[in-house]
Amino acid sequence: MDDLSPDIEITELRRLTQVIKDKYDYDFKDYAMSSFKRRIKRVLDLYKFKNVDKLISVLENNADFFDEFVSEITVNVTEMFRDPTFWKILKEQIIPNILLNHNKITIWHAGCSSGEEVVTMCMVLDEMGVLDKAKIIATDIDTAIINKAKNATYPIKNMDVNSKNYARYQGTRSLEYYYKEANGEAIIHKSLLENVSYRKHDLVQGVVFSKFDLILCRNVMIYFNQTLQNHVLNKLHESLFKYGYLAIGSKESLIWCEIANKFIVVNNEEKIYKKVKD
Amino acid sequence: MRYNLSNKYKAIVIGGSAGSFQGITQILANVPKDFPLPMFLCLHRLKHVRHGFVEALSIKSNKVIAEPFDKETIKRGAVYLAPANYHMCLELGNTVALSTEELVNNSRPAIDLTFESASYVYRDKLIGILLSGANKDGAYGMMKIKQRDGLTIVQDPKESMINAMPNAALAATKIDYTLNVTQIIDFLYELDKLYKTA
Repeated sequence: MDDLSPDIEITELRRLTQVIKDKYDYDFKDYAMSSFKRRIKRVLDLYKFKNVDKLISVLENNADFFDEFVSEITVNVTEMFRDPTFWKILKEQIIPNILLNHNKITIWHAGCSSGEEVVTMCMVLDEMGVLDKAKIIATDIDTAIINKAKNATYPIKNMDVNSKNYARYQGTRSLEYYYKEANGEAIIHKSLLENVSYRKHDLVQGVVFSKFDLILCRNVMIYFNQTLQNHVLNKLHESLFKYGYLAIGSKESLIWCEIANKFIVVNNEEKIYKKVKD
Repeated sequence: MRYNLSNKYKAIVIGGSAGSFQGITQILANVPKDFPLPMFLCLHRLKHVRHGFVEALSIKSNKVIAEPFDKETIKRGAVYLAPANYHMCLELGNTVALSTEELVNNSRPAIDLTFESASYVYRDKLIGILLSGANKDGAYGMMKIKQRDGLTIVQDPKESMINAMPNAALAATKIDYTLNVTQIIDFLYELDKLYKTA
């Protein structure tokens, strides 16, 4: 088998993250080691850099490369209606609960990637007839992927799995209702996304910029180690109104985080939590 | 003793795909209840079906099987199954790390990622077992285990319902033992004894 590239050492990764911190003020030090190492190896393979030192020197000398680097190391695998039962619970319980007490709902997609989840949220709200009550912020660390999310244009072949998810979610329409097809792509109707604003934001170093009724941060913190998960969870907590909701990935858990006691579990299967203490 | 064994090992990873269900259930039904090493199962499964697989594997199992949460601490003698639509990796510091990265070998979970990350953490103290399957997932992982002086076992291709996966591993790297499922169970028994007499 062809695996001649030597193992990436932790000391090399330490040097790399330090250079990035010094020059670009992004902090990858507390990313989960197993996946971060794999993402770096991926970059080395992709650009045919012979080792981490080569990558470091390119980053030191070519600031234009940094955005591309960030795009390649962040994981952008997502689907519309991923975990259909999660979206069903949102529609039947969580969103109605929020709207019971408010006339408006503010939602933050933290780590929105290419925007499938944002599109999904807007479809759910639209079907509930409450899309006009929503104010949605979608953020990501990766500029290129935010532009993709804004364009909301997806390969038509992806719509197959999206449609299957939608059927499992038991949507009241068909997914085709929300897009037009052109040149092998599904172009989501812009009217669906009118209440969404997109911005670049780094969960690790970014400031708390607003308060929300509902935050979705699903399968984002799995790329962080426990120290960083704690740090980010504190920020998410601060970004929620009291009695606001936080949704994380189905195989993530808050129980070992320091501020877990400031949340209660609303739905353990779908990992939906409610902030009960400031 | 038929196998060249020691009690230095700290963990076992098991990979399987098409045709491996029977083998893995037999192994789980026969492994000693108090077998001390954690076992990590990465079995190809339907991406969008979250429920039912643990239950199906548990019916005859001597061991409790759980799908771990991200960053869950690894417990002695526990059995972990890679959850649907997540890669399952091992992390330094005795925890499991899940990931939604791209498919690898058209699979998520991918055996190569579980095996490679486990071999990085456990080095020569890891045993890799690869069962029946229809693609080459696991071959790279077995190679990494061998490179780091771990122990490698494949299900005998003659017994495997679909032998592409064991054969790919045999072609990729040195395999210490080619065994049928009954022999794999014997192997685990002998290993178990070493921990109890030590």
